[in-house]
Amino acid sequence: MTNDKVLQVRNLSKVYGKGCSKCFELTGPEHNTNICPHCGSVVAAHDISFDLYKGEILGIMGESGSGKSTAVKNLFFDEIPSSGQAIFFDEGKQYDLFNLNAQQKRHLRNHRFGMVYQNPHLGLNFNVSAGGNIAERLLMSQLSNYQEIRERAIELLHRTEVLTERMDEMPKNFSGGMQQRVQIAKALATNPTLLFLDEVTTGLDLSVQAAILDLIMEIQRESETAMIAVTHDLGVIRLLAGRTIVMKYGRIIESGLTDQILEDPQDAYTQRLVASAL
Amino acid sequence: MNIQPILEVEDFSKTFILHEQGKSLPSSQSVFLKAFPGRLTALIGPTGAGKSTVLKGIYRTYLPTSGRIMFTTGQGQILDLALADEHKILELRQEEIGFVTQFLHTLPRQSTEDVVAMPLIKEGVPHDIALEKARDILGKLNLPERLWAVSPATFSGGEKQRVNLARGLLAQPRLLLLDEPTASLDAKTTDRVIELIQNLKETGTAMIAIFHDMDLVKKLADDVVKLEPPVGTEHFFNSNTNEVA
Repeated sequence: MTNDKVLQVRNLSKVYGKGCSKCFELTGPEHNTNICPHCGSVVAAHDISFDLYKGEILGIMGESGSGKSTAVKNLFFDEIPSSGQAIFFDEGKQYDLFNLNAQQKRHLRNHRFGMVYQNPHLGLNFNVSAGGNIAERLLMSQLSNYQEIRERAIELLHRTEVLTERMDEMPKNFSGGMQQRVQIAKALATNPTLLFLDEVTTGLDLSVQAAILDLIMEIQRESETAMIAVTHDLGVIRLLAGRTIVMKYGRIIESGLTDQILEDPQDAYTQRLVASAL
Repeated sequence: MNIQPILEVEDFSKTFILHEQGKSLPSSQSVFLKAFPGRLTALIGPTGAGKSTVLKGIYRTYLPTSGRIMFTTGQGQILDLALADEHKILELRQEEIGFVTQFLHTLPRQSTEDVVAMPLIKEGVPHDIALEKARDILGKLNLPERLWAVSPATFSGGEKQRVNLARGLLAQPRLLLLDEPTASLDAKTTDRVIELIQNLKETGTAMIAIFHDMDLVKKLADDVVKLEPPVGTEHFFNSNTNEVA
């Protein structure tokens, strides 16, 4: 593993609502809430810091409302953070993610980042074919020759095990697992440096889940793409992530090597999560 | 003795804090041990003496409660595995420190030979050569050839153990941790394992192994460390957590 940093996140916070001076004091795991009793704002994430290295998969684990997806949405520019800093390192350049203009953000989203959502409707355009979805992303990057784009789309669908005979079909005709594969193919189209996986296997049949996880691990072996996998599923964490962050009520309550988090969790909450999964 | 240890465990202790039950559980207490290149240190002692806990502490699957675990890397850097950066630990696990346990976690679609060859492939050994070496060692460990292309997920305990051993031994790490490597093996396979461990010692690998069979200790160990169960037993504390009952 080459120790090249891809992402450095420091003190990321996201508050929904007007916020007040008491918000951070009165929320978090020790208060059993992420809603500020003083002003009613929701502290979705607070003081999130971590590093991510090339070729690594970082797991972010937590129950619904823990803020795990919020962290990722802020980094992918789906949301605007309330405070904090994130530096993205790519091809010798550094990007201060929360201080970029719209064009720079679009560039990173379209070229250097990939996102796979739990809900394929967020990641795919359901008005164009599977192949068209990938072509869309390739068109936004450098490729503009029709034949080249089609060939690359075939290559990607092949790699994600989507029958290329079906590439001209609309996503709605595909099963949930297939839609996820098309989403992954689309996300990988530009060989992104950083890939976000937001509950990618949630809601799929177990056998389909296993195949999607296999695919993700294969991608990790073949490329140096760094990934952040957000999930509430300990099995996904165990299989994919080398390191894991545990979140509750918007805060990181524990982080460490994944096997250590699962076998020797330090926090009472993590101990309960792990115990209830066995 | 002139050779320098590559690992020195100094005053290692581990106590589990079980928040839900409101108790602390001492598992290992004040353990000292060393591992030397080309030598095997055997950990012996009754059940409950914390032998596996020490190995897991060295591998950082467990966070030690106290003590130092000083490791000298291939580059000559000395670091405390208890405190080292997580990325450094992941790197060492890939390149220098191996662990053969009694359990095997693998992916459903990965073949046995791929599982065994994986550490070599990650090191950059060409796929076909890595596979050839994997098959060779699987053969030496008497794993039937018809199983090589199958996922080990459904294997018996003894078969899984052989896959684990094959992978751990083939990777030739600088430090290899072995947790009862022959516990579910027949006599013939155990003899092969002894032979393979001896070969690996000759290449300079340092080993720390838990054995229950004193015969194996006699045959393989250069140093023996005997552990005793911790003196303090379970300690109940007043659970002061914010749990909603």
